Amino acid sequence: MSPAVTRKPGGHPRSSRTLGFYAALMYAFLHVPLLILIGFSFNASRFTLWEGFSWRWYHAVFTDADMADAAWNSAVIAVVSTLISTVVGTLAAYALWKRGSRLLSGSLYLSLVTPEIVTGISLLAFFQWAFRWLGWRLGLYTVILAHVSFSIAYVAIVVASRLRTFDPALEEAAMDLGATEWRAFWRVTLPALAPGIAAAALLALTISFDDYVITSMVAGVDSTTLPMVIYAMARRGANPSINAISALIVVAIGAVILVSERLREA
Amino acid sequence: MLLANILSVDPILELRDVAKHYPGHAAVQGISLRIPKGGFFSLLGPSGCGKTTTLRLIAGFEEPTAGQIWLNRELVNGRRPYQRDVSTVFQSYALFPHLTVRENIEFGLKEHKIPNRAGRVDAAIALVQLAGKEGRYPAQLSGGERQRVALARSLVLEPEVLLLDEPLAALDPQLRKQMRGELKELQQRVGITFLFVTHDQEEAMSMSDAIAVMHQGKIEQVGTPEEVYLRPASRFVANFLGAVNWIDGVGLRPEITRMAREAPADGLVTRPATVTRTVFLGNCIHVTARLESGEEAVAQLGRDHGTFQAGEPVHVVWNRADEMRLS
Amino acid sequence: MSRLRFWFLVPARLWLLFLFLAPLAIVCAYSLLTRGTYGGVERPWTVESYQRLPDPLYAAILVRSVALSAAATAICLVLAFPLALFISRATRRKNLYLHLVILPFWTSFLVRTYAWMFLLRDTGLVNTALIGLGFLRHPLPLLYNDGAVLLGLVYGFLPFMVLPLYATLERLDPALLEAAADLGAKPWSVFFRVVVPLAKPGIWAGAALVFIPCLGAYLTPDLLGGGKSVMIGNLVQNQFTTARDWPFGSAVSIALMLLTLAALGLFYRRASKELL
Repeated sequence: MSPAVTRKPGGHPRSSRTLGFYAALMYAFLHVPLLILIGFSFNASRFTLWEGFSWRWYHAVFTDADMADAAWNSAVIAVVSTLISTVVGTLAAYALWKRGSRLLSGSLYLSLVTPEIVTGISLLAFFQWAFRWLGWRLGLYTVILAHVSFSIAYVAIVVASRLRTFDPALEEAAMDLGATEWRAFWRVTLPALAPGIAAAALLALTISFDDYVITSMVAGVDSTTLPMVIYAMARRGANPSINAISALIVVAIGAVILVSERLREA
Repeated sequence: MLLANILSVDPILELRDVAKHYPGHAAVQGISLRIPKGGFFSLLGPSGCGKTTTLRLIAGFEEPTAGQIWLNRELVNGRRPYQRDVSTVFQSYALFPHLTVRENIEFGLKEHKIPNRAGRVDAAIALVQLAGKEGRYPAQLSGGERQRVALARSLVLEPEVLLLDEPLAALDPQLRKQMRGELKELQQRVGITFLFVTHDQEEAMSMSDAIAVMHQGKIEQVGTPEEVYLRPASRFVANFLGAVNWIDGVGLRPEITRMAREAPADGLVTRPATVTRTVFLGNCIHVTARLESGEEAVAQLGRDHGTFQAGEPVHVVWNRADEMRLS
Repeated sequence: MSRLRFWFLVPARLWLLFLFLAPLAIVCAYSLLTRGTYGGVERPWTVESYQRLPDPLYAAILVRSVALSAAATAICLVLAFPLALFISRATRRKNLYLHLVILPFWTSFLVRTYAWMFLLRDTGLVNTALIGLGFLRHPLPLLYNDGAVLLGLVYGFLPFMVLPLYATLERLDPALLEAAADLGAKPWSVFFRVVVPLAKPGIWAGAALVFIPCLGAYLTPDLLGGGKSVMIGNLVQNQFTTARDWPFGSAVSIALMLLTLAALGLFYRRASKELL
């Protein structure tokens, strides 16, 4: 492996300036559409012509009862499903780290790769089939189960990557000093994994909050979520309220992601 | 402590025909060992000889494929590490990064639910001279300080045997030499049996009451440092413990090999040879000479023996009593 | 140790059984049944659903899905490569640049897709601006076609091409480039004969991370394509809701899964070092 290199093969200053200009263009492509969307959330007019600054669409969002209900549902689903999936995913990642299981690792990986629509319809089919025997209906809890289902793999991946930098000798030392396997996990491994687990939980939170496809398939009549509301509004036509709620979501989730990344690197 | 003494007392730790086989690889092949109480005992051998595996078998991190491990006259096969009264100092020290020095040392006492811990922890901290640093975290300590925490952490539990897995390997050479003396002193002060694993023969000889030399999963010889160095049981042990000249199937240490310009008269063995090179090592010189048979011999001589030129004819001289005759 | 591991794996094993294997098994079963009179499924068992798959109508959807995914992957590759190069050569703010790439992706896929609706629809920003500035009289149909979907896919998954490429280019030894120049290669030659070949693991990894999600895309073709640019994901959703033909929808799902696995196998072998 080559030693740490500080010089870069940029070579020609002109080529690196072009590259920099290109990069700026690309970043603009990635960010400008969102920025425009957010910018127009402050548009006084309901049309796409700028007619002055206004908070009216934010006001509309905050006074919309349906949206408030949906937001509440989304929050409840996100928190509950995250709690469950974080526990399940962490325990699974740890157990697999001690000794692998190709079936389980493969399935977790497969669940990540499966198209969302397939996950959605398969869960719908399963719930419908199961409910024939149980007499239940779709509702908030089916959404929670679905969210737990697709989040576990994400949590497991984040925790697994954290475990890769964990020294197994620490657990051996703990056992050597009198701790049982559980006590070693609890007193030594878990504290070391804590930032990674927190990062994974925040990740699961954002994924859950933003999910539309799977949620729409398994939601009951009373369990509309925020993405479902936004989707319906988007289908219906231009409505600057969407800009406002979008702006709020982007800022909220963006903040959570930043914290999660910070924790991941801790 | 003579070997005879070692074997006569009741061993604190005994291995009977212990073997450990992995698929495709026999790490330990049926070794038997009796380690007496209260001494400094070393397992010496090159990497891959099975010494670390043996240590892990004693600690309980692995189970032997065959054989029995007896600790203080109790069979410990099948017991988990936390059920065995031995403690390990790891090569990387394995200090818990999220706990302070004090909390690290206290860890085992907490797990064993021992009350009134503070006093014992204080004593351990004083024992390894870390007073004043109890509040620090491992990341804030030097290599030598971390090692002392690892020692204190294990010793505070007063185990029957302290297992040390190449604990000096991570230190720089100067610190390593210094720690040898400190470790030996420590062992004598606390009186706990130390079982020390190393690949460094100088380290083993300078600290141990007895050494077991291992090679490819087997024990080649057990003895005091003098015994394994002066009366090795096999060629491997002879070569591992220091340099050897092999002349006509007989082994000679360079320090008892002489070079003389004239053949000596009295009952010394002598062979004619030609000097190939002389190396000045500061505190001594090494003269290499090639005999008629083609074998080479290195003599370690004091600086006052004058210079030998390459190509000069000499006599390689030694005392029959210093010969090592081995298979 | 095994006892702890056993209990730790119980929740995951429950998930595996009830929320992963059982649903998949049911979909498999449904794909072999017949459509019920009131929706749902009923006997007899039949392979009829699979026999309908090669129908030209559905073949067209398959072809469009594969073509759009391939095109999106290719475009992402061309767009991402220079950007990844730029970040790998940055001396100071690498982390910042990387975060700026990945952050938008994680905020909200729905919102980001809607952003393009906002821009491209007939009453959207682009049309309104062009009309207002006098360049157009009538709005251009920018939305609800294959092009818009392609744009949405590229926009959505570009970060996934950037990251693996960056990872590979980061590890590239600058001495190799200097050696090539020293031997007489001009910049373009160095690029195509040294940089690109060495970046191949990253290229394949990025291609996998873009192509596979594009194949199963639903939201992007749904919102940006209207009903006019139907991909496999839309077909599945349609069969399970409006058309109420669960057996056929299941068959299409199974086909999509197999296609996904085939693509995964193809890419994984080429990018085995870099993938996840």
